[in-house]
Amino acid sequence: MTKQNPDVSRRRLFLGAGAVGAGALLAACTSNEAPPAVAQTKGADNTNPNAAAGKAVTIGFSAPAADHGWIAAITNNAKAQAAAYSDVTFKQVEAGKDAAAQRAALDTLIAEKPDVIVLLPHDGKELNAFGLKAMEAGIPVVNLDRAFPDALAYRLQIKGDNYGMGVAAGHYIGKTLKAKGVASPVIGEIAGMDELELTQERSQGFAAALKTYGFTVANRRAARFTADSGQKEAANMLQALPKIDAIWNHDDDQGIGVLAAITAASRSEFFMVGGAGSKKAIEDIAADKTVLKATVTYSPSMASSAISLARLLGQGRGMADLVELAVPKEIILASETITKENASSYLKLGF
Amino acid sequence: MSWWRDEAREPLRRNLGLVGVLLALFAIGAFIRPELYGDPKWVTNNVLVIMTQAAAVGVVAIGMTFVIIGGGIDLSVGALIALCGVWATTYATQSYGTVGMIFTALAVGIGAGAVNGLLVAYGKLVPFIATLAMLVAARGLAAQISGKQTQISNDAFINSIATTRILGIPMLVIMLLVVAALGWVLLNRTTFGRRTIAVGGNPEAARLAGINVRGHTLALYALSGLCAGIAAIMLTSLATSAQAAAADLYELDAIAAAIIGGTLLSGGRGTIVGSLLGVIVFSTITNLFAIANLPTEVQNMVKGAIIVTAVLVQQLRFDSVTKFARRHGLTRAGAPPEAAAATPAP
Repeated sequence: MTKQNPDVSRRRLFLGAGAVGAGALLAACTSNEAPPAVAQTKGADNTNPNAAAGKAVTIGFSAPAADHGWIAAITNNAKAQAAAYSDVTFKQVEAGKDAAAQRAALDTLIAEKPDVIVLLPHDGKELNAFGLKAMEAGIPVVNLDRAFPDALAYRLQIKGDNYGMGVAAGHYIGKTLKAKGVASPVIGEIAGMDELELTQERSQGFAAALKTYGFTVANRRAARFTADSGQKEAANMLQALPKIDAIWNHDDDQGIGVLAAITAASRSEFFMVGGAGSKKAIEDIAADKTVLKATVTYSPSMASSAISLARLLGQGRGMADLVELAVPKEIILASETITKENASSYLKLGF
Repeated sequence: MSWWRDEAREPLRRNLGLVGVLLALFAIGAFIRPELYGDPKWVTNNVLVIMTQAAAVGVVAIGMTFVIIGGGIDLSVGALIALCGVWATTYATQSYGTVGMIFTALAVGIGAGAVNGLLVAYGKLVPFIATLAMLVAARGLAAQISGKQTQISNDAFINSIATTRILGIPMLVIMLLVVAALGWVLLNRTTFGRRTIAVGGNPEAARLAGINVRGHTLALYALSGLCAGIAAIMLTSLATSAQAAAADLYELDAIAAAIIGGTLLSGGRGTIVGSLLGVIVFSTITNLFAIANLPTEVQNMVKGAIIVTAVLVQQLRFDSVTKFARRHGLTRAGAPPEAAAATPAP
């Protein structure tokens, strides 16, 4: 018998058509046409002699393909800043998913002989050797945020200040609580990934600043820089501390989850300070409707500045405001505190 | 033969053991922070917080229990939660409203689960490899779709799931219990459940008995994907957002919960109640560590130790204990253990 049972084939037809229809509908749903993120760039400034077009420079760029808003903003900013200069050619290589992949990609970049390389390494220690190699080949290396241990491995280091972030958060919390006259406050800390050095530095800075007010951290949880992990750690911390005076949450992305946990628990007896300075956090601070009252920055705008400085390096120029004829060797950005009062001027720096 | 030697009562003994572990954890908490544990209102709320935090992992653990009983393993559930969550919270999906978001999360979960099932059942890939590949690919696709950004859910209904309580019980806890109850019925009261146990216990015998083993395997992975989709909705609601890195290592939590709940890794045996208790044990440990203000790394070590202990207990099958007892003369009726130990072994 070759004749098919018509019932079965009709059922299959329905199933098949249903699956194809669902598939088509779903494929349409991957579109993420968001209002385009505004990159953080420095526009042309006619009074600044550095703005004048100079020698054509090719800048090689590499940053990890991480799944975090901050890294995404780093790459966007670098691209946008390079596009703002008529004399810069931007050559981006994919950094892959680990240090080995990034090293391989960078080796091909060296072969193309760019004038300067701007690089956010997966790991400063693991890519130190690459820095040395590029410098020996006569290509100045600009290290973005994750330092090489060897000073010979880079021409310029530009990074944020993790310890300073902790200090800024500690001072904001300390000052606010002192002003309120709280004698022995209960302070919670929700850190990021604990195995990272930067998390340790942030916590050390926080503890040191609090100590100057005679305060200590009552409970410290480490999340994973993701909203769902922030939610989990916050929900449990709220149980551990029935009454809280202040919380510092290291990262605004995970802070989305932390705020959700606080809302779900209907808690509002404390105030919270964030970290990094995401657009959402700055908007929340400006609106002043949640417990989030401030955030301390670790801005990805450093990528824009790195491109500007790399251009100057390639053209052999210095920073116009300084006496020196060459770009400095190390720049550490100060961590700024964003509150309701200054939120409007920082909104364009949020990512 | 008393009840604690009866092989058929093994799941009951194990579940009672897990309840014992939960009571012990409670006692430790009460010892560390008596002022908190002495307050009945706080305790009730804390139990609900523990259950809420267990909800998303619990749902995937139930799907995982089916897959493992059926002789497979699904390493992709964490990544599928991330993928479903991200897909359901794109601007395009959110424009279709709540129904669109829920449909997307569930359909993506079932679809990706079915791909796992096809690879395992018809492509003859080892489940470990097929679902590991899906883990990597799904996280990649999630990162691609989200542009590596955290996607905020603006849907009032989705966001309210995590904050809604019905008769004082959080909605997420009710969802977990409903999924667990459906899972229990499916495993214990339907032919689907019987077939799952048969396929996992002895696939060749199941095939000869007329069960469509490949089709059934495909259905099990699709079921696990569906659970990941449900968990994605729960997690999106909890965190009011989704991102590609979300639900990190949920696959390990779900597998560990199933195993300490008594599901045999080689298939053919397992219980829904055991897996549910397993998830609650892990959630309670996380909660207890927060309350004791102990660092996460210690918590991970304790978790690892619990998993190893549970598997060791599983391997130390009851009959070997009986053999050991018989060899040392501990089973003679009426003989007190001290007297028995004093008698030289033959």
